[in-house]
Amino acid sequence: MRLEPKPASSLAITLLFPLAAAGTTLVLTSILVLIAGASPLSVFYLVAKGAAGSQFAFLETLTRATPLIFTGLAIAVAFRAKLWNIGAEAQLYIGGVVTVALGTGALPLPSVVLIPVIMVAVMAAGALLLLGPAVLKTRFGVDEVVTTLLLNFIVLLFVSMLLEGMLKDPMGLGWPQSQKVIAEAQLPRLIQGKRLHCGFVIALASAVLIWVVMKKTVLGYEMRAVGFNPEGARFVGILVDRTLMKTALLSGGLAALAGFSEVSGLKGNLTLDLSPGYGYSGIVVAMLAMLNPLGVIASAIFVAGIFVGADAMSRAAKVPSYIADVMVATSLLTMVVAILLTRFRIRWR
Amino acid sequence: MDALEILFTASFWVAAIRIASPLIFATMGELICERAGVLNLGIEGIMTAGAFAGWFTVYSGGDLWAGLLVAALFGAMFGLLHATLTVPLGLSQHVVGIGITLLATSLTYFIYRLALPEVTSPPKIEPFQPLPIPVLSRIPVVGEALFTQTPLTYLAFMSVAAVAWILYRTPIGLAVRAAGENPSAVEAQGISVTGIRMGAVVVGSALMAVGGAFLTTSAFNSFFFQMINGRGWICIALVVFGSWRPGKALIGAVLFAAFDAYQVRLQQISGGLVPYQVFLMMPYALSILALILVARRAAYPKALMIPYQKGER
Repeated sequence: MRLEPKPASSLAITLLFPLAAAGTTLVLTSILVLIAGASPLSVFYLVAKGAAGSQFAFLETLTRATPLIFTGLAIAVAFRAKLWNIGAEAQLYIGGVVTVALGTGALPLPSVVLIPVIMVAVMAAGALLLLGPAVLKTRFGVDEVVTTLLLNFIVLLFVSMLLEGMLKDPMGLGWPQSQKVIAEAQLPRLIQGKRLHCGFVIALASAVLIWVVMKKTVLGYEMRAVGFNPEGARFVGILVDRTLMKTALLSGGLAALAGFSEVSGLKGNLTLDLSPGYGYSGIVVAMLAMLNPLGVIASAIFVAGIFVGADAMSRAAKVPSYIADVMVATSLLTMVVAILLTRFRIRWR
Repeated sequence: MDALEILFTASFWVAAIRIASPLIFATMGELICERAGVLNLGIEGIMTAGAFAGWFTVYSGGDLWAGLLVAALFGAMFGLLHATLTVPLGLSQHVVGIGITLLATSLTYFIYRLALPEVTSPPKIEPFQPLPIPVLSRIPVVGEALFTQTPLTYLAFMSVAAVAWILYRTPIGLAVRAAGENPSAVEAQGISVTGIRMGAVVVGSALMAVGGAFLTTSAFNSFFFQMINGRGWICIALVVFGSWRPGKALIGAVLFAAFDAYQVRLQQISGGLVPYQVFLMMPYALSILALILVARRAAYPKALMIPYQKGER
């Protein structure tokens, strides 16, 4: 068996394979639904209805997509340069920590000043958190996958320590949670009385901005060159290590914004369940988008829809809602195969 | 009790060896994969699946050894999936590995919820009991630590000997090592690199799953969510720490486990002066530290993470 590079595929092919991946995922998860004793068609109908069947459902999907856009972008940026950032979960929580540290009254500033200040501080903290593994990778050759993964555990314990210590809400009845951020530090809701908040708009703007950076700037070119072929990049005079550092700063900063937007836009305070694994789902979001920043928007909404829809379905059809995680993981694997098939053809010989 | 005295008690070393056992299995599993040239980041998920499969088999009436066998089979299955995607198809070992971890974990939780829909506290099973080895177990401290364990712990130590023997003393081990160092040389001998690598990942993954099953059938007596809790990632660090050698990796695992057992005891005598989270962080921080210390002189298998295509070069 051999893989042969294909001549540039047409747009139709490029779209067909991802659709085939989604189809394969549906077929495979249907088997699980059947084992659970439900009918796949009705389950998928219920998932779709739960995700986008009403204004309420759709707004909920967009709300859930917001942190996924940030983590998806963070991972897309890093993976482009083959910097394997698996630590978006930790960066998200650090973003949450900085948001409550500055947003609970420490800085009595008006909203227009306070929110940008918090955002800059949040991004700096997330960036610094990923800078460590990036330095270890470039200076000492320590694989960043393991360091960023282990940092997820360390940071979560650190947050737990803060929530039982310095950041603990004295009025929290003993629960490990922080105080609520002050009104000036809250992102306004997009629609009065709904959960969707301005974080979604910031996420969209970030995606566009990152797309411009990746496509139109020297940094974007260097990141792609480093990811494509580090030796070649070094040969043409790109400072590979420095590019990786810049990538780390950008990626860590973006992931931390997910924590900011969840605290400041949605939850109001920091708890240990701020993220149900948005850092890990961000990997899937980025891969489904084929690492394209604008594609991240669509794939984040798709993945969020599966989670929101599965929750609704689970209550109605008595199929465990973990089916959503299975679908998301399966679509990651089918998608990488689909991407391969758009670029190569398999020769059996 | 004094912080130093702990180190001389038998109960401390008994605990250390028990904590080391699942790490030993999984580290050997990862070591086999990496020696053949494949980084297996599915380890965390495969251990979760193994922990559940072993426990569930016993819970549904199977015997403990059958539980281990089923766990190994599940591990092998996920290994086969990982191998198919990364070896002949040459997909990114990082992305596929994370995908396998997500898939194996969520699939396990799904099946758990399906099998026990309303259960809040997981049902218990009768786990492996300690099996003191006559005579040897009477040796003070060392004998107690090594020879009053459950059969699975003995099996873990034997797996190290077996892996070392196979890697260094058999033709198949030579082929595995060569597949991770210089695959074209293997192909030149008329041996299929694809076959060797896939076989290594399948066998390695089965071992990882047995490591997971140790937790539910030998250390605890039921299955909890998040029970692997980063142990898989720590095993990846242990492989690097052991510079891809079974014996050194074993020493690494025991040292690491001793430290883990020590921090639990230190936590008890510290009397809450230091937040307990600091102690819980230490194993992960220690893993990172070990990676930094060893990384400079780490002799990575040269073809690790590099896909191989027949007839290339």
